[in-house]
Amino acid sequence: MAEKKEKKEKIPRQPMPEQKPEIRRRNFEEVPIGYTPETAMLEASRCLQCKKPSCVEGCPVQVDIPGFIGFIKDGDFTGAIRHLWTKNSLPAVCGRVCPQEIQCEGRCVVGKKGEPVAIGNLERFAADYERKNGSGDLPPKQSPTGKKVAVVGSGPSGLTVAGDLVVKGHDVTVMEAFHKPGGVLVYGIPEFRLPKEIVFSEVNFLERLGAKVECNTVVGRTVSLDELFEEGYDAVYLGVGAGLPRFMNLPGENLIGILSANEYLTRANLMKAYRFPEVDTPIPIGKDVVVLGAGNVAMDSARTAMRLGADRVRIVYRRSREEMPARGAEIHHAEEEGIELFLLTNPTKFVGNEEGRLTGMECLKMELGEPDESGRRSPVAIEGSEFHMDCDLVIVAVGSGANPLLTQSTPDMKLNKWGYIEADPETGKTTKKGVWAGGDIVTGAATVILAMGAGRKAADSIHEYLTWGW
Amino acid sequence: MFKIVRREEMAEGTVILNEIEAPLIARKAKPGQFVILKANEEGERVPLTMAETDSEKGTITIIYMVVGKSTAIFRDLKVGDEYQDVIGPLGKATHLENVGNVVCVGGGTGVAVLHPITRGLKDVGNHVTCIIGARNKDLLILEEQMKAASHDLRVCTDDGSYGRSGFVTEELKDILDSDKDIKLVVAIGPVPMMKFVSKITKEYNVKTIVSLNPIMVDGTGMCGGCRVSVGGETKFACVDGPEFDGHEVDYDELAKRLQAYSEDEKKCYEDYCALENA
Ligand SMILES: Cc1cc2nc3c(=O)[nH]c(=O)nc-3n(C[C@H](O)[C@H](O)[C@H](O)COP(=O)(O)OP(=O)(O)OC[C@H]3O[C@@H](n4cnc5c(N)ncnc54)[C@H](O)[C@@H]3O)c2cc1C
Ligand SMILES: Cc1cc2nc3c(=O)[nH]c(=O)nc-3n(C[C@H](O)[C@H](O)[C@H](O)COP(=O)(O)OP(=O)(O)OC[C@H]3O[C@@H](n4cnc5c(N)ncnc54)[C@H](O)[C@@H]3O)c2cc1C
Ligand code: SF4
Ligand code: SF4
Ligand code: FES
Ligand SMILES: [Mg+2]
Repeated sequence: MAEKKEKKEKIPRQPMPEQKPEIRRRNFEEVPIGYTPETAMLEASRCLQCKKPSCVEGCPVQVDIPGFIGFIKDGDFTGAIRHLWTKNSLPAVCGRVCPQEIQCEGRCVVGKKGEPVAIGNLERFAADYERKNGSGDLPPKQSPTGKKVAVVGSGPSGLTVAGDLVVKGHDVTVMEAFHKPGGVLVYGIPEFRLPKEIVFSEVNFLERLGAKVECNTVVGRTVSLDELFEEGYDAVYLGVGAGLPRFMNLPGENLIGILSANEYLTRANLMKAYRFPEVDTPIPIGKDVVVLGAGNVAMDSARTAMRLGADRVRIVYRRSREEMPARGAEIHHAEEEGIELFLLTNPTKFVGNEEGRLTGMECLKMELGEPDESGRRSPVAIEGSEFHMDCDLVIVAVGSGANPLLTQSTPDMKLNKWGYIEADPETGKTTKKGVWAGGDIVTGAATVILAMGAGRKAADSIHEYLTWGW
Repeated sequence: MFKIVRREEMAEGTVILNEIEAPLIARKAKPGQFVILKANEEGERVPLTMAETDSEKGTITIIYMVVGKSTAIFRDLKVGDEYQDVIGPLGKATHLENVGNVVCVGGGTGVAVLHPITRGLKDVGNHVTCIIGARNKDLLILEEQMKAASHDLRVCTDDGSYGRSGFVTEELKDILDSDKDIKLVVAIGPVPMMKFVSKITKEYNVKTIVSLNPIMVDGTGMCGGCRVSVGGETKFACVDGPEFDGHEVDYDELAKRLQAYSEDEKKCYEDYCALENA
């Protein structure tokens, strides 16, 4: 046994082949190229197939990690994907965007001494392999129940609910405000990190399963929540995300050249403005770009700006590197692409010219003080440290809130003090009968996998309700 | 897909009317609300106000001025052609209330936006005087419709080719001077027009509503691109508006922000025109 283990540790973690930083920093193609079947099998052989796998505890939806990796190791890629699907309906997405280092891989025992098994890369491999080579067979579906379910929002949580319920025989309609389905996966996360083709193929799969996807439907405007029940829907799931951009509320913030990350990324991703003027939506091209914030959204904005031709892109963040909330891989990729981290700095004012265009910002240097409620050391301004920073484009990526468009027209559904919907964490039930909610609109901006996990729980609860009652 | 069932040209072909099949939107739309339209896969999301809706026929009508590439693409759509996407109704509806005597002021294609609001204000019992303006007689739109929608219609043209010679603001001033009982002014048109109307009505202390048209993307409050300063606060015009208290709006900021992409827009419109002419 001991001998076997030693042998396994000799195989190093298989690196993910990637586009070279000098090249990819100016194109929108995906950065990691993906494992070959041989590399995947080799990487899979690094897994110790633990009896009590700690990696699984780190996964919010408890993917049977040794299980699916075992199939890959044996070269049974179809077996791997079928196994993955029992817990995770969007493995091609999660393999790419989950913060594995603090979830599954962060708990892998192999990682205690060396580098953890590349669980995310393997998950991605299995899903990509199936998409390219699979039979495309549909999973078995239960006979129609005659119950109608409306899923509002087509982000990862809505898609999960729709997929789970359609196979249980319910008549599911997904309603999306935008002209394309996918939520943040389509309008927020850039092509170079998550090719849109993957999301559309997932949506297409759902449609083949029999779910209807109605875009251009703003629930709360085109149709109200109560009208959905009048139209004969038996249950409604709200997965509308946290789509309200937060600004800094600083003087000069309405100058031309200051955009929310939501706007900037929507122009770039959903509207494909990086292809302007081939497509009709313009996007500001900054030469000297500043991104405010240090999460995934900030990294995506910075890397997009670089690809659009910036000479210089700086991430300006008021805390230090340790507190940056982005995935490790994103920070690493951003730095490789030449993006500068400008830490312990906070803007106080934006400055512009007569045309109302941004020319720079006033900043203060910060230092870290005592830890705050979140346990992170809070930044404190250093007196007399004012300085000016030139820039012609600022992307504000300091977080998002609950968009009130739908919820304000539904007074009988309880919200918390920040405007998020109150839902039972186990079932997703809201205080309004027949209505469930999950994902970012309940938790605040979180992760794809958490939104999917919430969707799965709600789908179970909705199914139970449609079978037995509230 | 959203089919065009009627198409008209106005103001020497610079303004186009499309009546479009959109039953879900037509069922819900109220005066003052807008839609976002996208012609095709590569298209931009363009906000336009509904000038008319017919819930029985399931159609909405838009009237737009051809000013750039997207509106030029719209112009080239024929009856029977389809818009790929139409989203709405968006924005808050006009608050229609009987307040007494009202003056509605419209300039350019703002007249189209003003039309359903004018009719709505009349329908709830107000006495509505309407002033519409254009650069010259040939560019004037919806005169007959505005006449029918109001009690008293005044027309102004900048060059004096029709109606009163001069700006709508001069006519408004005369009305405010002669009738001390005007309770509300609604002004919709180019930014400078709304700015000057608001300046005058402020002097006369008459409540004024304007409809703002900043650059928009989603129209649902998720991008913040449409932000405008009203009473010193930042508002998102697509969800908090598009109508605001005219006396509180920072028009200069709005005018500047509308120029955000002007160079790119100019270039891509020229390219499109060159392609069309070739
Ligand atoms: C730029 C960016 C990068 C990110 N990177 C990562 C990452 O690397 N890893 C990770 O795990 N997470 C990441 N996240 C977070 C993750 O994307 C979200 O937590 C997740 O998408 C939330 O899913 P959701 O289904 O709750 O909502 P969303 O994905 O936000 O989808 C909600 C959908 O509902 C629609 N909608 C809203 N209101 C209405 C209405 N009234 N009627 C109809 N439809 C409506 C919206 O248009 C949208 O399509 C990132 C987020 C952003 C913005
Ligand atoms: C709520 C609202 C209602 C409107 N209603 C009408 C209407 O009923 N009739 C009408 O003729 N026009 C209306 N407009 C203006 C119309 O949206 C613009 O004229 C149109 O987007 C121009 O597009 P373009 O590509 O043809 O021209 P471009 O050359 O791209 O732009 C010309 C100018 O139009 C403005 N503009 C550009 N893109 C947008 C955008 N995405 N959103 C808003 N403005 C933009 C800018 O000031 C720009 O300089 C409305 C705008 C808003 C916000
Ligand atoms: S879903 Fe995410 S956390 Fe779970 S195993 Fe896959 S990559 Fe890891
Ligand atoms: S903890 Fe690591 S080695 Fe153990 S089963 Fe999970 S992935 Fe394999
Ligand atoms: S258009 Fe995006 S918030 Fe108004
Ligand atoms: Mg345009």
